[in-house]
Amino acid sequence: MADSQDYLANDYKVYVDVNIDHKADGTIRPRSFVWEDGKRYQIDKVLDIRPAASRKAGGTGLRYTVCVGKRETFMFLEEDHKVGRWFMERKY
Amino acid sequence: MPGRVILHADLNNFYASVEMLHHPKLRGRPVAVGGSAELRHGIILAKNYEAKAYGIQVGHALWQAKQKCPNLIIVPPDYDKYLRFSRLFRKILMDYSDQVESFGLDESWVDVTGSKTLFGSGEAIANEIRERVKFELGVTVSVGVSFNKIFSKLGSDMKKPDATTIITEDNFRDIVWPLPAADLLGVGRSTQVKLLQYGVRTIGDIARLEPKKLQSWFGKWGLFLYTYANGQDISPVKLTNYELGVKSVGNSTTCPRDLENEQDAHIVFQNLAESVAERLRDLGLMAKTVQISLRTNDLAWCERQMALPHPSMISSELTNAAMLLLRKHFHWEKPLRGIGIRGTNLAPLEHFQQVTIFDDGAKRERAERLEYSIDNIRRRFGHYAVQRALLTIDENLGKLNAKADHIIHPLGYGRL
Repeated sequence: MADSQDYLANDYKVYVDVNIDHKADGTIRPRSFVWEDGKRYQIDKVLDIRPAASRKAGGTGLRYTVCVGKRETFMFLEEDHKVGRWFMERKY
Repeated sequence: MPGRVILHADLNNFYASVEMLHHPKLRGRPVAVGGSAELRHGIILAKNYEAKAYGIQVGHALWQAKQKCPNLIIVPPDYDKYLRFSRLFRKILMDYSDQVESFGLDESWVDVTGSKTLFGSGEAIANEIRERVKFELGVTVSVGVSFNKIFSKLGSDMKKPDATTIITEDNFRDIVWPLPAADLLGVGRSTQVKLLQYGVRTIGDIARLEPKKLQSWFGKWGLFLYTYANGQDISPVKLTNYELGVKSVGNSTTCPRDLENEQDAHIVFQNLAESVAERLRDLGLMAKTVQISLRTNDLAWCERQMALPHPSMISSELTNAAMLLLRKHFHWEKPLRGIGIRGTNLAPLEHFQQVTIFDDGAKRERAERLEYSIDNIRRRFGHYAVQRALLTIDENLGKLNAKADHIIHPLGYGRL
């Protein structure tokens, strides 16, 4: 559908590379991610984990509330079967 | 069965809502999800409220819809996404009961009779489900709460979006009976027309009829309608793992064009067999028998079956069996309109099997591994990421995503 293409673009959803620790008890902890500017950001703390949708970025998944320095931000693990991708919300 | 508490949860404008969540720019505009016109099913599958205001309805042809609303944005369906949301939706419901019965991708009944002491009244659970679906999935759901499945489904249809409707044994005569008869589950188009001829307009009219009269009009089905209208339906909400008792896995299709020769049939069988084989693997099952169904363009219909040399969930083996059956039983006096393939006589998947001396065990093992790899690629990159060359010979025939397209629609309620 040619005419729908313009509306399907999504400027607020950014998929990111994430470094993860997989622990022996089966849980995971994100350690750092690479933002679209190519810079790697360390995750200092995970404050909260719960399933949640992102109206802003358009998607749903397991939402991690993380601290990067003094800033709080969301990271979403968009899992489907065995494949998982992480996305974050771009703030304009 | 006194005192049952049954919820019916219905995701509002499911396909369209999922698309609007994923594509923020669509919000606030008239949006419809539609099949592609080239494949003979160019119809509207779902619409949002903005599109509804223009009179767009599910089932309209795409060109019809565009005429009613030139600004309508038509988005192609993405079944992987809908299946994921459907699964997440069920997962939420399963937190409240072990009786969760799906009716299509976007509707489920939940019997919470036994969970009241844990989670509160039916209304409280319904509201909690609504809040969680909104927060966790980003779409809305309407919930009907009642003492039987028929009325809870009616309830979920009464207030939309994102609302709870309660129908009790005390108020159903006031709430349900004034509704048109067509709103009752089980009253389809032809039943509705017949009822109108007898002057029966509302659900209350049905409820007040003599059961014998309904029986003389509709046979046994008439008695069902009587109990439905009077709130006497006692059918249980099935246990969640009920579906595991699968008897057969099959797929059939009406082809985008009539099939003229063996190659045409081969393309479609291969396509359907891939979905059957993939679903068998998902269920951890193998088929010992393959069954095909054939429908010619004058709508004559027949079914043939054969036993496989060994149980299989490999698509090429299913296809070969189907082609063998076709050659043996069909002689192309007329073109084929539709065909189907089904694996029956199912056995649990085992990796150790009796081999015969004529078998090339290593070759079968390679074929199996190949199919699992294909499943994986498709799961990660979508159905069309990897295709058999055979399917590209005729683009229309090959371009059926059989697995996604054919497991969406629920069976008719009560009719078996």
